[in-house]
Amino acid sequence: MPDQIEKTTPDPVGAAGAITDAAVTGAATAAPKREKARSLGSDAWYDLRRNPVFVISALLILFLVVVSIWPGLFSSTSPNDCDITKSRHTAESGHPFGYNLQGCDVYARTVYGARASVTVGVCVTVGVALLGGILGGLAGFFGGWWDSILSRITDIFFGIPILLGGLVFLSVINSRSIWVVMGFMIALAWPQISRIARGSVISAKQQDYVQAARALGAGTGRIMLRHILPNAVAPVIVVATIALGTFVSLEATLSFLGVGLEAPTVSWGMDISTAAVQYRNAPHMLLYPAGALSITVLAFIMLGDAVRDALDPKLR
Amino acid sequence: MGRYVLRRLLQMVPVFLGTTLLIFVMVYALGDPVAAFFGDRAPDPATAARIRAELGLDQPLWRQYVDYLGRILTGDFGTAFNGRQVTELMTSAFPVTLRLTLVAFVIEMGFGVVLGVVSGLRRGRLVDTSVLAFTLLVISVPTFVTGYLLQYLLGVRWNLVPPAVSPQAPLRELLLPGVVLALVSLAYVTRLTRTSVAENARADYLRTAVAKGLPRRRVVVRHLLRNSLVPVVTFLGVDIGTLMAGAIVTERIFNIQGVGYHLWQGILRQNSPTVVGFVTVLVLVFLFANLLVDLLYAALDPRIRYA
Repeated sequence: MPDQIEKTTPDPVGAAGAITDAAVTGAATAAPKREKARSLGSDAWYDLRRNPVFVISALLILFLVVVSIWPGLFSSTSPNDCDITKSRHTAESGHPFGYNLQGCDVYARTVYGARASVTVGVCVTVGVALLGGILGGLAGFFGGWWDSILSRITDIFFGIPILLGGLVFLSVINSRSIWVVMGFMIALAWPQISRIARGSVISAKQQDYVQAARALGAGTGRIMLRHILPNAVAPVIVVATIALGTFVSLEATLSFLGVGLEAPTVSWGMDISTAAVQYRNAPHMLLYPAGALSITVLAFIMLGDAVRDALDPKLR
Repeated sequence: MGRYVLRRLLQMVPVFLGTTLLIFVMVYALGDPVAAFFGDRAPDPATAARIRAELGLDQPLWRQYVDYLGRILTGDFGTAFNGRQVTELMTSAFPVTLRLTLVAFVIEMGFGVVLGVVSGLRRGRLVDTSVLAFTLLVISVPTFVTGYLLQYLLGVRWNLVPPAVSPQAPLRELLLPGVVLALVSLAYVTRLTRTSVAENARADYLRTAVAKGLPRRRVVVRHLLRNSLVPVVTFLGVDIGTLMAGAIVTERIFNIQGVGYHLWQGILRQNSPTVVGFVTVLVLVFLFANLLVDLLYAALDPRIRYA
């Protein structure tokens, strides 16, 4: 880890070291030298492309993203176009997954449900990473009273298990659009990232190259953006990617409990909740949204695993 | 040790005040408990004002919060929607949920640690890969999906276990809900144990233990396991929160009349005293559990000593 950190640092000291290195070892080692000079980012990308877990999960996620952007490509039936006379009917031609309790086409609802899950997963992860990363990072960098206050606030948020908090908070909101649900999830989940970001900025701040940069006259802004950010961002990315799958699962659980998304938004969690009432007579209503949900979470968790393996060689 | 416990207890006070304030503000300031009494109809303004005054909701918010804290400290959590005291509901609900969580806890620790040690010691072999694939699968399938699936297969299709739990909730009936509740955490315990066992298996002290000629069993249990369990214990603190929240889902599926069931009823009927009361107690349980976990460190890792 430390030698990789030095290589990503574009400061003069590192460059000088590399030059003497090259001079000592000579031209014979020129090829492996270029190999070693990869930054942490390109190193991780090199590893990822060769990891079958990453390739499979990336393809699955790509497919899910396409489905959630253009669901019309995959289903010509509207998810809210229901015929109550067909309630709980099983599969028939043109409707491969059958009908649900309200007589809506289960296939169409499964296709259209991808959008809510993917949107929530991606937006909450990005939101949490940005909010937690910036707040925690600044606290770690500047320390002082802002750090103390932020640490106390994170302590408070850690005292509330996220599903429990979501249950209490969302139940009092009368109209829950997807933005409200995502906002609450970000509001409750950011402290997790903020702690990681704070710790990793503090450890990056104490490195010699930061002191060297400061000695050479680099300003606070330059040190933050050019020296600390590239070296402290990896743990944040790792934790955020691993959390992606759990956010998708959390949204579905909240919707299942009736405090998440609301109709007319199509959500797998809601569909599973309504299907659960009658599932002993018509298991197909439960099976397809549940399967789609599980595959989506699986894809995101596999992605998180692969990214962690690539960015955090210590954990291998 | 005594001083450390005292300091941790004092540190918990601001956290407790903060969490209760957060819950209080959300439920009472953003929601409208009076409107909830009237369901979908608009309340008569005079009646609404009377109820508001009766419940002290016309007071400024800080005053309401102080009153609420005072009531909590004297053990008064208000009245639930059906006229029963919330404390009364708690005394009937908490033992049930405690039993359920204990069953889940035993399953997750027992199977999780064993699977983790087995796969950690055989890294890269078939056992390891299949255990990893199993954990990946278990983490990906949300609790409510596994819950319904197992209930349908084991309870309805094959009649192996009762599909629903009676109000007394004996241990025998809690076995399947316990498994469902434990599964996701079990996967995390397995992965954590596996990583730390694999890491510690290369440590010098382990080589020494083997070189001394200790039997393999003793090396694994006394030397390897004790050191590898430290990260698992850390996870347990967070996990208690997960189990409590997961109990809400599990109790709904298997119709167990525990904390989750009552909390769920309170939310459904927008009965704020029930919700706030139960969540407050759960947060307290969570905070104390985390304190216990921190103390457990010292027992596992002699390098950690509390002044």
